[in-house]
Amino acid sequence: MKKENVPQDLSALAKITKEVCYATDESGQYVTQLSSGWDVKISALDAAWQDIDGRVAQARQQVIDGKASPILFFMEYRLMDIKLLAQYTGFWQWQIKRHLKPDVFNELSEKKLTLYAEAFNVSIADLKTLTVHEN
Amino acid sequence: MKIDLEHRQSAHCESGVTSSLLWEASKGKITEPLAFGIGAGLFYAYIPFISINNGPAIAFRTMPGWIFGRTCRSLDIPVIRKKFSSREKAETYLMEQLNAGQPVGCQVGVYYLSYFPKEYRFHFNAHNLIVYGKEGDNYLISDPIMETPTTLTSYELERVRFAKGALAPKGQVYYTKYNGEITDGRIREAIKSGIKRNVFNMLSIPGPFAGVKGIRFTGNKIKGWRDKLGLEKAKLYLAQLVRMQEEIGTGGGGFRYIYAAFLQQAHAYLPQDELLEISKLFTLAGDKWRTAAVHAAGIYKGRIGSQADFDTMGNYLLEIAELEREAFIALKNIKWLT
Repeated sequence: MKKENVPQDLSALAKITKEVCYATDESGQYVTQLSSGWDVKISALDAAWQDIDGRVAQARQQVIDGKASPILFFMEYRLMDIKLLAQYTGFWQWQIKRHLKPDVFNELSEKKLTLYAEAFNVSIADLKTLTVHEN
Repeated sequence: MKIDLEHRQSAHCESGVTSSLLWEASKGKITEPLAFGIGAGLFYAYIPFISINNGPAIAFRTMPGWIFGRTCRSLDIPVIRKKFSSREKAETYLMEQLNAGQPVGCQVGVYYLSYFPKEYRFHFNAHNLIVYGKEGDNYLISDPIMETPTTLTSYELERVRFAKGALAPKGQVYYTKYNGEITDGRIREAIKSGIKRNVFNMLSIPGPFAGVKGIRFTGNKIKGWRDKLGLEKAKLYLAQLVRMQEEIGTGGGGFRYIYAAFLQQAHAYLPQDELLEISKLFTLAGDKWRTAAVHAAGIYKGRIGSQADFDTMGNYLLEIAELEREAFIALKNIKWLT
């Protein structure tokens, strides 16, 4: 890629930093050039987030409909799967699958709820009420 | 307390950290491309039975940690690397090194990296940064992706050092204590061994998933994605491929441009013109990866999406595989004069 072709589309990252790209100058020599983003990657990332947002919305609906516990919502919201959540909380995967049932979730002890709340970086009250605070 | 360390922004985190940690000992000779090439950083692997963020796991670079390890080993520099089971011990050890004036490389997860924009935070655990001091409760951080140095509170640093999941860093720290000279002769030998190892990784690794065979494998797979996964999921898979190839810290073109830059810089130590010619092949490969990405974007943005478009996408990868095969065979066949 030639230096002058290094794309300068405005990505979300550009507010914080530009990225270093390796590109060639007039004489074909490699130099570094800063880029503020590339439309092709920006839209790839957008596609990924659209998918995530869809899954989060679906999980929220399932919780509201009483088909799943809030753990499902926060798991999707924090981009986790059961395996990763098991590692963060110390529960076994089969335990988490049980806790995904609303009836079981409602009986969970404070101690167990704390483990989930910490893994999701929310308070226990917010965990129970699906309240999201940006951080 | 603040250690004297010049923050250097780089394209890729690990080669950047490696270059920065070796900057003084090498008097600035070990640039980022040299670290990447000596560490045999270029790679390709499609791992069909692992999925990341509900998409295929595709790597364009070697395993995390290996660039630093190989670069130092090739240069005969001792590597100190530690993992911890206890958070307290991890922090105590870090403080000991900082108090001794030693900047330290850390492997971290990016999900809770507070200075990253939210859009870029995934559970990816192989990011690298340097800790070079502490002021109050703030650790001074030189993150090679960022233009300027930054900070993390002790809580924030602990959280990213003990992120969970695949490649969990377990508080990993690494650094090198080396005050000797890194001679040009040593760099020459390191370059040769780095190239040799990269040739092996791309041409001779067994199995269909890695190296140029892996690129070909992916190309053929892509042609079947539309039928097998349905258009919506196939789109997401392509977007994931592009993100792995181009997202933060690749230097563009799936690391191919950095490798091309490495071969040019290697030429200064080993003045054989083949290196410059082969460097051009890697530039071409990088350009082709980007052309393929533009085509993929057409699909995941929904502008195009017929089976013929997926076939074209697959064929791009087959072309790239052939091009990189030629490039690595040319590297393999170089007769070193020194």
